[in-house]
Amino acid sequence: MPGVVHVQTTINGNPTDFLCEPRQSLLEVLRDVLGMTGTKEGCNDGNCGACTVVFDGRIVTSCLVLGVEAQGKEITTIEGVASPEGLHPVQQAFLENAALQCGICTPGFIVATKALLEQEPDADEGRIRHWLAGNLCRCTGYDKIVRAVLDAETKLNA
Amino acid sequence: MTSNIVLSEVEYNVVGKRHLRPDGVDKVTGRAQYGADIRLAGLLAGKVLRSPHAHARIKSIDTTAAAAGPGVHAVVTAGDLPFAALTREELGGDYQRLKFANNHVLAADKVLFKGHPVAAVAAESQHLAEEAVKLIRVEYEVLPPAMTVREAMEPDAPLLHDDLYTSELGQLSERPSNIAAHMAFATGDVELGLTQADLVVEREYQTASVHQGYIEPHNATAFWNADGQLNIWCSTQGPFVVRTNVADILRHPVSRVKVTPMEIGGGFGGKITAYLEPIAALLSQKSGRPVKLLMSRTEVFEASGPAPGTWMKVKLGVTREGRITAADITLAFEAGAYPGSPVMQGAACALACYDVPNGRINGYDVVVNKPKTAAYRAPGSPQAAFAVESVIDEICEELGLDPVEFRLRNAAKEGVRRVEGPVYRRVGLVECLEAARNHDHYRTPLEGENRGRGVAAGFWFNRGFQSSVNLTVNPDGTVNLIEGSVDIGGSRATIAQQAAETLGIAYDEVKPTVVDTDSIGYTMVTGGSRTTFATGWAAIEAAEDVKRQLVERAAKIWDTPIEDVEYADGVLSHKSDPELRMTFKELARQLLGTGGGVTGVSNVDPAGEGNSFGVHIVDLEVDPDTGKVTILRYTAVQDAGKAVHPSYVEGQMQGGVVQGIGWALNEEYFFNDQGQMMNSSFLDYRMPTALDLPMIDTVIVEVANPGHPYGVRGVGEVPIVPPLPAIGSAISHAIGSRMRRLPVTPGAILEAL
Repeated sequence: MPGVVHVQTTINGNPTDFLCEPRQSLLEVLRDVLGMTGTKEGCNDGNCGACTVVFDGRIVTSCLVLGVEAQGKEITTIEGVASPEGLHPVQQAFLENAALQCGICTPGFIVATKALLEQEPDADEGRIRHWLAGNLCRCTGYDKIVRAVLDAETKLNA
Repeated sequence: MTSNIVLSEVEYNVVGKRHLRPDGVDKVTGRAQYGADIRLAGLLAGKVLRSPHAHARIKSIDTTAAAAGPGVHAVVTAGDLPFAALTREELGGDYQRLKFANNHVLAADKVLFKGHPVAAVAAESQHLAEEAVKLIRVEYEVLPPAMTVREAMEPDAPLLHDDLYTSELGQLSERPSNIAAHMAFATGDVELGLTQADLVVEREYQTASVHQGYIEPHNATAFWNADGQLNIWCSTQGPFVVRTNVADILRHPVSRVKVTPMEIGGGFGGKITAYLEPIAALLSQKSGRPVKLLMSRTEVFEASGPAPGTWMKVKLGVTREGRITAADITLAFEAGAYPGSPVMQGAACALACYDVPNGRINGYDVVVNKPKTAAYRAPGSPQAAFAVESVIDEICEELGLDPVEFRLRNAAKEGVRRVEGPVYRRVGLVECLEAARNHDHYRTPLEGENRGRGVAAGFWFNRGFQSSVNLTVNPDGTVNLIEGSVDIGGSRATIAQQAAETLGIAYDEVKPTVVDTDSIGYTMVTGGSRTTFATGWAAIEAAEDVKRQLVERAAKIWDTPIEDVEYADGVLSHKSDPELRMTFKELARQLLGTGGGVTGVSNVDPAGEGNSFGVHIVDLEVDPDTGKVTILRYTAVQDAGKAVHPSYVEGQMQGGVVQGIGWALNEEYFFNDQGQMMNSSFLDYRMPTALDLPMIDTVIVEVANPGHPYGVRGVGEVPIVPPLPAIGSAISHAIGSRMRRLPVTPGAILEAL
């Protein structure tokens, strides 16, 4: 295929090579090239946060990052949050606090929440609402999501 | 934490407990397979070409260049639909219905809204399909659009359909019209009732078009095999409805269409219509390959159903003591491009909270050049409640009556007849009002400048409809539960709970699976707050069938008459011989060696309704400099009948409240003067974020539904109804000026100030 670029990156700790067109977003690469469909598309213009991933330590909406920009970077997706030992405390807290209904926004919320609690393990309700303002959820009204994040803090700080 | 459940009378072992959902781990790890996640060998990507105009005649479509484009496998237009080859004579009375259904999927002679599908392409990749649709040449004759319900009702308005006549009380109008239907409900003598009133208030209200706003865009994948078998995978609330619609539009036997519902990323009523499925099927038939179609967010806004914009007039007469004597209501709802707004539901809900001796409700279903409306959570009820509850609030202010007390004096209760006919069985509005009045929120006075409190009530029917469940007993004493209800927010858990309760086994011993339309009996949509009620009922019936068969088997094993065996709490026992006793698990292990496995089946269509009411209290503050509204405190009270899973009931209430807050304050379709939507992204169509909200307090009232074995009523619809009037009234109290159009934007508030 003409115009295809070879990209070497690291995803969830695994060295990963892929080929993509320069116009393909990281979201497209994750989902369509690599088959990692845990990262969701909700708007494809950076406004809903369903495709949130960690990109060299910062959370980004992967629909606004080009696949070729992944060259040499470290990326964490929802598939990299749980471990073979089990769910991450953030995932466990979302499950136990009924913080998901349809679940389509959940991967983005969990990736964003994990990043918050790694930086600010004692974030209060106001800070949590501010941090998660870039992730839209249409089902829950956010109440149980915020409670789940507070519960995850308790679990992580125990 | 003290319990937020009041009046609970019955304790069950499994029902009413907060279990973890069976699909939870898949959904927190990203493993759950939603519609867009499907991958098939040889899969092509499709793209739909959509109208740039709100109203235009299609003069010609040239697809030659697109068909020759790189990687293109198929191009389709309305000419490829079987309908194109049928005549009005062949179809007879079904002609107009089929024409509308087909033209909605792919426009033929006219486009009726911006975003109306005109053609579609299947290609090797999404990008190639997007490039190919740009090569399709469409020549339009642009026509003036009719954009609002009032505009479209004018006698000289541009006509959307030259063959649509007003259906009015069984008669058709003489001239074509944008008014598709005029319906009316009436009881008593309204004129007499008005003369009995000490105060008559008449007001007009308007609401804007709003979208359901599910985060997952529409998607559909289809494969039309060479033998005529058509398989569809999609995100839908109703796989059986999609099967029916696809078979209808493609003139294909329903038995040759299999719809597999993938996990669904929200719907709220908006994922019932088959938008993409027939197009994907046509592209697959033409290309011989599976084809996946995805909508972009812009396409979701522009081409899938919003809730209708409305114009409403409400006249209420009351006595000085606060008793309603008469109500006269007119509702005009935008249907969008084709008839079918929820104006009839709106009319039936408008006065449903009250005992109204003399009432008249006129409803108009009006086509406009906007996308065809779709159901949105309690369709029709929030708009009607905004108008009626706002007038009641004004009356309370005028008469100096407490708004909860006024509602108690007029509240619907057992034996009250609704204006459109049905008589209530046991319902819980009075109990909800009392719970609201007793709540700390209501008992705490609201202090401070620019602040207001609003109270409002809301109603939804919660009808049953058809559901099916199969339950198969496993040798290890667990049960596989097969259901046709798509799980949009935890219904696998709530259905499994009811099966486990009936069988007397543990929650995690029932394993629910949602299957395709070939693998279970007909099941209506997940919607209308029917799933936990009706599919739960199906699970109970299937469990009863399992119990009957287990009793028979135990009788056979013990060589005793069936009448001697009883089943209670998961244990089979002989009525007179205490030695003969087996647990469910012990018998399950013996089934295969004593006559074969056991499967309980059910197909139900529960009669009656699980009518439910909610009462909401909101405190808010208006910034007089910017017009911005901040929600300070929100409490939602609702009768759930029996909360099968209290956390999920709370979640439905909180989610509905927040959608209602968005509807009241922010959300609105903006159109330019050519009828083109100008805010079709989540940046410009502003839904509430976590930062915009406080916690949403909930009170679950349990007045058991006499029409369900566990007393269940639906819960999902009601909570979106009261927020519109509650917030409208609270703002009006905060600024001293009545707001009669939604959304109440900062601009509208500044203007009123």
